[in-house]
Amino acid sequence: MLLLAILLPFLAVFILPILAPILQRKLGWAIAVVPLFLFFYFASFLPQVAGGVPVIIDYQWVPQMGINFSIYLDGLALLFALVITGLGFFIVAYSVSYLGKEENLSNFYTFILLFMGSMLGVVTTGNLLVLYIFWELTSVSSFLLIGFWFHKEESRYGALKSMLITVFGGLAMLAGFIFIYLITGSFDLREILAQGGQLTGHVYYLPALILVLLGAFTKSAQFPFHIWLPNAMEAPTPVSAYLHSATMVKAGLYLLARMTPTLGGTPEWFSIVSGVGLVTLCYGSFMAVRQTDLKALLAFSTISQLGLITALFGFSTKLAMVAAVFHILNHATFKGALFMVVGIVDHETGTRDIRQLRGLGQYMPVTALVIGITAFSMAGIPLLSGFVSKEMFFAASLALPGVGIAQWLFPTMAVLGSIFTFLYSMMLVFNVFGGKPKANTNIIQPQGDHYGMLWPPIILATINIVIGIFPAVVQDLLVLPAAIGGYGEAISERLILWHGLGMPLLMSGIVIGVGYLLFMKQKSVIALVEGVQNHRFNLNVLYDRSLEWLNDSATWLTAKQMTGFLRDYMVFVMLWFILSVGGTLLYKGGLNLTTLDLSPVGPYELILALVLIAAAFGVALLPTRLAAILSLSSAGAVMFLFWINLRAPDLALTQLIVETVSTVLFLLAFAHLPELTKEIIPKSQKLINMAVAGASGLLITLLLISGNASRYYEPIADYYLQQSLPLGGGHNVVNVVLVDFRGFDTMGEITVIAIASLAVFALIKLRPGKRGSAK
Amino acid sequence: MRMESIIFQTIARQGLYVIMVFSFFLLGRGHNEPGGGFIGGLMTAAAIVIQYLAFDLEMVKKALPFDGKKLVALGLLFAVGTGLGTMLAYGIFMDHSFTHIILPFFGKVELTTAFLFDVGVYLVVVGGTVTIITAVGEEEPWNS
Repeated sequence: MLLLAILLPFLAVFILPILAPILQRKLGWAIAVVPLFLFFYFASFLPQVAGGVPVIIDYQWVPQMGINFSIYLDGLALLFALVITGLGFFIVAYSVSYLGKEENLSNFYTFILLFMGSMLGVVTTGNLLVLYIFWELTSVSSFLLIGFWFHKEESRYGALKSMLITVFGGLAMLAGFIFIYLITGSFDLREILAQGGQLTGHVYYLPALILVLLGAFTKSAQFPFHIWLPNAMEAPTPVSAYLHSATMVKAGLYLLARMTPTLGGTPEWFSIVSGVGLVTLCYGSFMAVRQTDLKALLAFSTISQLGLITALFGFSTKLAMVAAVFHILNHATFKGALFMVVGIVDHETGTRDIRQLRGLGQYMPVTALVIGITAFSMAGIPLLSGFVSKEMFFAASLALPGVGIAQWLFPTMAVLGSIFTFLYSMMLVFNVFGGKPKANTNIIQPQGDHYGMLWPPIILATINIVIGIFPAVVQDLLVLPAAIGGYGEAISERLILWHGLGMPLLMSGIVIGVGYLLFMKQKSVIALVEGVQNHRFNLNVLYDRSLEWLNDSATWLTAKQMTGFLRDYMVFVMLWFILSVGGTLLYKGGLNLTTLDLSPVGPYELILALVLIAAAFGVALLPTRLAAILSLSSAGAVMFLFWINLRAPDLALTQLIVETVSTVLFLLAFAHLPELTKEIIPKSQKLINMAVAGASGLLITLLLISGNASRYYEPIADYYLQQSLPLGGGHNVVNVVLVDFRGFDTMGEITVIAIASLAVFALIKLRPGKRGSAK
Repeated sequence: MRMESIIFQTIARQGLYVIMVFSFFLLGRGHNEPGGGFIGGLMTAAAIVIQYLAFDLEMVKKALPFDGKKLVALGLLFAVGTGLGTMLAYGIFMDHSFTHIILPFFGKVELTTAFLFDVGVYLVVVGGTVTIITAVGEEEPWNS
């Protein structure tokens, strides 16, 4: 049942095409049922999981390779699952009012469901390879969603950029998982976690750590891999609110939490993860201040907040783990709401430019209140959830293990990043909603609060207040079990609002005080940030240049190899084949020219063989194309007769029909080709062609004879002949082998047929400069 | 590529039904006698090719109004769905099973999940061939 719940989003996709024409614009309401149901279903596991008993179910998939579809639902997984489904419900409901009627809704919700299912898969699976598969599925669905308005160049660019960077990280992560497998001997999460911290001494530890961290850092947009997130803002706002603030980018953080007991606790982990996190925190908040597009501001804000949580994972203390998990929850609620409100502003006024928007509070008071609450929560103002987790962040930065430069540098960076966070949060609220509306802009005047889009953010803002005043509400059921699930040991921190007068409170005070001063002087601050940005090295330019260089090198290499003549390509392929296969044959001494168990060769076989040889020569030597095609056809017909001779009716039937159909196809295409003319080929070329052809023919002959003569194992044919009736239920062994014993291969083959036919269609219909149109 | 022969057109028109029935026959008997999804599918494709050779592409499209690409997708759905179905039921992907039931007229008949898979193969082959043939056939020849 749990398996069905996790796969439910994927299954729901199948009823979308049926519902879409009936419900049209109301489609979102039907889709919203899925995450809502899943939210309550997962919530039903809260008592059990909070009590310390994770839900573990195993499904055998490929046991020989250690790939099993196991489910490991502990506190950490459950927290994420609830965030994914809960926020998913709000986003889908919001999108009903947000998306216009010209949008392709069935595609949109298909992609959203695909993403939801993949993300649920990432957090609930107990097997590292399955995690990788779902991880890449989230990259794919994110690509589809960012590029949703694919007619816009920026959307395509943003989608490609996010895919290249996150998939690169995903491959690194896979390599890291394989290293972990080499150390621990298993892909199973439970077994790996049971080995505890024993990995850290192994010689493979550092490569595994770096590779897995690459996966986490690319997905969670940490410096220097953050460059894809601002471009991802090309996606529709519901997508930005869901994927790129609250869920997908948190997948990297989930990975960090999961790997803490295994890879964490070492100086390398501490320095790399905390360092990257704190740098990202400061860099993101610094950059956010000067952004003029509201979504870009929120994008950099997300980068910065993810850096905060990453830094907490780096600290590796129990307090830090609790703070990290708690902030994941809080960030999802306030960032999701912030994106939704920015979407409302965009929807109502037609612009997201912070320079043009002013005084919207007069038209949309409730909206202003909502954004005020959530932005203040992000900034760390007391009585809101963000304040509680930020206090814990400050406290954790002061309670670091060991001594050294980190003791004072890390808290300083924490405060610095938070000051700028405060600054841009204030700018977001007061520059857009405060003051008086500008007179000489051409933005549309909003008509008041749009409750259809506003009710989800209202609920999220309320959650911020409730958690802010009574943080213990989520303590025992959600936050602590998640932290324990991540850390691996019992934790007894408590979430309380007032910790007394101490350093963390002082740090918060400094943040608010200095932040307010900077807000007063915001123009100078923005100028400062712009000044710094123009001087430093631009990562986006590096990315663009790297892609250009890659393209140019590939074009150069291709030009060298692709001469335009099919004949040359054949020679390359054949040459490689002869060298690699023939070389191996000789090198390994596999050449075995004895003959065993040969069928008798009578007059029929001899005649057929001679006709076959004549047909083959005919293909090469006949003057007209039509004759050559028919000669090829007759070679196939001779094969058909051979199969009949050898008493193989299935093969004979298949050969005959394939020959017929492909001859017809050939003749169809024949109508489109110019007449054969005599080509002038230099003598050396002819000799090379003859040599290559002769050598490949000889090689195949030697291979077949050697293959027949080398009997290392019992022929599997006996097994199939014996077992096809009892195991497969069929008398026709060939068919039973095709669909049952080797059914997986057949599935692959028909996939290839499908792709080939689609490729033919695409190549013909979509080629440039043709008449007619593709349908 | 069209041949304006009345004889051919008549044979093609009547032959379509015969060949289709024969191809279903081949599909169904595949498990115990020579036949199966590939052969059945190719037979059907051959039948469609004969229609195309005898008549105009427009007429064939009106008479057989299905889209090859959708057939291909449907076929893959059948094939993969069989595997997933057995996975949900037994826990192993594509673990085929079979039973025998007694029908009043036909006697002992075998039912297998492999047949569903074969249907998937059949649909892919038919769909793929139709796609390729219509794609190539709709183009104008080189020198016209």
